[in-house]
Amino acid sequence: MPLIPVVLWTDALVFVLLALGGAFALYASRHEHLRDPWRRVVRSRVGVATLVVLMAYALVGFLDTVHLRLKQGPQPGVEETRYAPEVLSLLDLALGGLRERQEKTYSAPFATHLYVKEAIDQPDGRVVRDYPRLLHAGAHLQDPQRQRGLDIAWRTLVGLVEGLIAWILLCFGIFWLLARRWGVALSEVRRRVLAGETHVPWRTALGALGVVILLGFVAGELAREYHILGTDKVGEDVFYQTLKSIRTGLLIGTLTTLVMLPAAILLGIAAGYFRGWVDDLIQYLYTTLNSIPGVLLIAAVILMLQVYMSNHADAFESLVERADLRLLFLCLILGVTSWTGLCRLLRGEALKLREIDYVQAAQSLGVGHFTVIARHILPNVMHIVLITLVLDFSGLVLAEAVLSYVNIGVDPTMNSWGNMINSARLELARDPVVWWSLAAAFLFMFTLVLAANLFADVVRDAFDPRLRQAGA
Amino acid sequence: MTAYILRRVLYAIPILIGVNLITFLLFFVVNSPDDMARMHLGQKRVTTEAIEGWKAEHGYDRPLVYNPAAPGLASLTDTIFFQKSVKLFAFQFGSSDDGRDIGYDISQRMWPSLAIAVPVLILGLAFNISYALFIVFFRATYIDIGSVVLLVGMLSVSSLFYIIGGQFVLSKVFHLVPISGYDQGLDAWKFLILPVIVGVVGGIGSGTRWYRTLFLEEIAKDYVRTARAKGLGERFVLFRHVLRNALIPILTGVVVVLPLLFMGSLITESFFGIPGLGSYTIDAISNQDFAIVRSMVFLGAVLYILGLILTDISYTLVDPRVRLQ
Repeated sequence: MPLIPVVLWTDALVFVLLALGGAFALYASRHEHLRDPWRRVVRSRVGVATLVVLMAYALVGFLDTVHLRLKQGPQPGVEETRYAPEVLSLLDLALGGLRERQEKTYSAPFATHLYVKEAIDQPDGRVVRDYPRLLHAGAHLQDPQRQRGLDIAWRTLVGLVEGLIAWILLCFGIFWLLARRWGVALSEVRRRVLAGETHVPWRTALGALGVVILLGFVAGELAREYHILGTDKVGEDVFYQTLKSIRTGLLIGTLTTLVMLPAAILLGIAAGYFRGWVDDLIQYLYTTLNSIPGVLLIAAVILMLQVYMSNHADAFESLVERADLRLLFLCLILGVTSWTGLCRLLRGEALKLREIDYVQAAQSLGVGHFTVIARHILPNVMHIVLITLVLDFSGLVLAEAVLSYVNIGVDPTMNSWGNMINSARLELARDPVVWWSLAAAFLFMFTLVLAANLFADVVRDAFDPRLRQAGA
Repeated sequence: MTAYILRRVLYAIPILIGVNLITFLLFFVVNSPDDMARMHLGQKRVTTEAIEGWKAEHGYDRPLVYNPAAPGLASLTDTIFFQKSVKLFAFQFGSSDDGRDIGYDISQRMWPSLAIAVPVLILGLAFNISYALFIVFFRATYIDIGSVVLLVGMLSVSSLFYIIGGQFVLSKVFHLVPISGYDQGLDAWKFLILPVIVGVVGGIGSGTRWYRTLFLEEIAKDYVRTARAKGLGERFVLFRHVLRNALIPILTGVVVVLPLLFMGSLITESFFGIPGLGSYTIDAISNQDFAIVRSMVFLGAVLYILGLILTDISYTLVDPRVRLQ
């Protein structure tokens, strides 16, 4: 085999999450009352546009989650096949050499020369202090000063044409599917979509898709020969770093809610449904946890984790594994600090629901508590769970950056927006300013969080029964 | 009233005991004092004597919860649990891992924290409420839609970028205020301008959006319709009726954070080099000073619970419908 798959802890949890999401989607598609709110979501223009952006992020994050180790080349004297110790992801493979194209230190976006002067040996033996050429950016140009602008324009054009072709093919694929589904001719589908006469705003969706695809192709085409977002202090490509950071951000936003959900749902419903001493106990539990300021609790736990890890350094096979476990713990502890809000909401809702006639009827007919909760309470609080889940996401992505800045976030060796900001922060004091790491982190984070915020608003409007009645 | 407050305070005691137990478990049971000593003295090749010496120096050389060697009651008091955790209840924080008196440091450092947190709170509140009222006055117009888009955009920006952007624009490009630092007494004002501006601007997105929702909810209620039916003008309705009623949730939301203002802001203070409690905590985290982090966890919990009690009291003061049992 040319490679062996590697499954880290967080990878496994992502797969679990995807399986759960898939199962829920399948279940929801068969039940009208669950399909209806989702239909509202995809019928809103903001909803589909942000969904396309989020999907693009999710795709990059997913590619970065499938990890593997490549087979090493044949070595003299070694019979059995050996695998490289380095853990790669599909994203690393897809990006080709972007990971390995290291420079010496800073270089600006699209630059062909390094950002600092160095002593260079001239062919005639003299030593000149000048900006040296970059090893992997614009190396194919004879005279970078003159040719660079034209080269960049040409590559942008190539990228645009490629992207356009891909987009048009995709559009036709979707038109064809729609034509089959609606039972009308292809030209009629095109007319309806372009005129914006479809229930699902396909025009907006395909437009957003077009923007994402075009940007992706242009960036991909340019990144072959340039560092399109520059390089950082140790010469690593910033575009590569920020793409790798997507996985970290998405994981913190999703896994945290995944690990806190069971506890929040179970305890919240139990407190509201059983009342009495169960309620007192659970309320005491979450008030206590809630009264410790979140950052300090996280700091305390991560400090303890650091102590443990440095005293048990042998327990971890590789740096990647160690960073991964730290990420998992961060998700866990963020979950501990954030489950209390959901728990309180669910308790209040369960308190209301247990007094409603059909629950009373079920109880008086002798149905067990477990069945009542599973059949009557749980389905009626799921919309709260979903809304909280979506609303919390953007806050968690932002929290990651702050925590990494305080050094209690993800492992310093892991790619994350927080670490990027943290290492680039001091460089603003340089003259001229090194701005590209910050700009890259800002751009990618802002797009993700903005899309998530807008999407969350649409989901909340679609699922909240109060707002739904007001709108109808 | 006194009985009510007393009951609320009594109710807080079990919660504080819980917090205390959690910190004790986290800091002394998950990792033993030996682990901490090894961490501070360097990882490998640390002699047992060095570890014992470090523990004795910092007072960690006692048994965790029960000391069979000590006579009488001292078998319970001469322990890490009593010396390091129970004493927090009396606000005896002890000394930090590098030997400074934590209680004294806290009393010195809370003033710079307050000097930033209080103006940020007041100015932010004033600006957000006025802006939200302005939006609501022009609701369902382009001013409303544009503002909401702006607010969602603003709340999607990480707080780190507000600080970095503020420092870059105001200090580096225009040289209006110093980038960071602090001064004693009244001279501190020029160091405070930038953090306060950044704090207020950073809070606009979430704050104004929240107040806007609040006002819109209030405006949909029956009494507003009645007021309009009586022929009152829109401005009168908004300021006399809507604002006054919406002030109840706003006020209680403010009261709950009042005590926590003492803790300062971790990020702002460390970015601007302000010697408040926030940067104190950050320094302790990066120096791995467990004694300080432990004290701050407990102090934070006390202040939070104090905020909850104050909230309940303020409810009864501003809303005549809420009665004390």
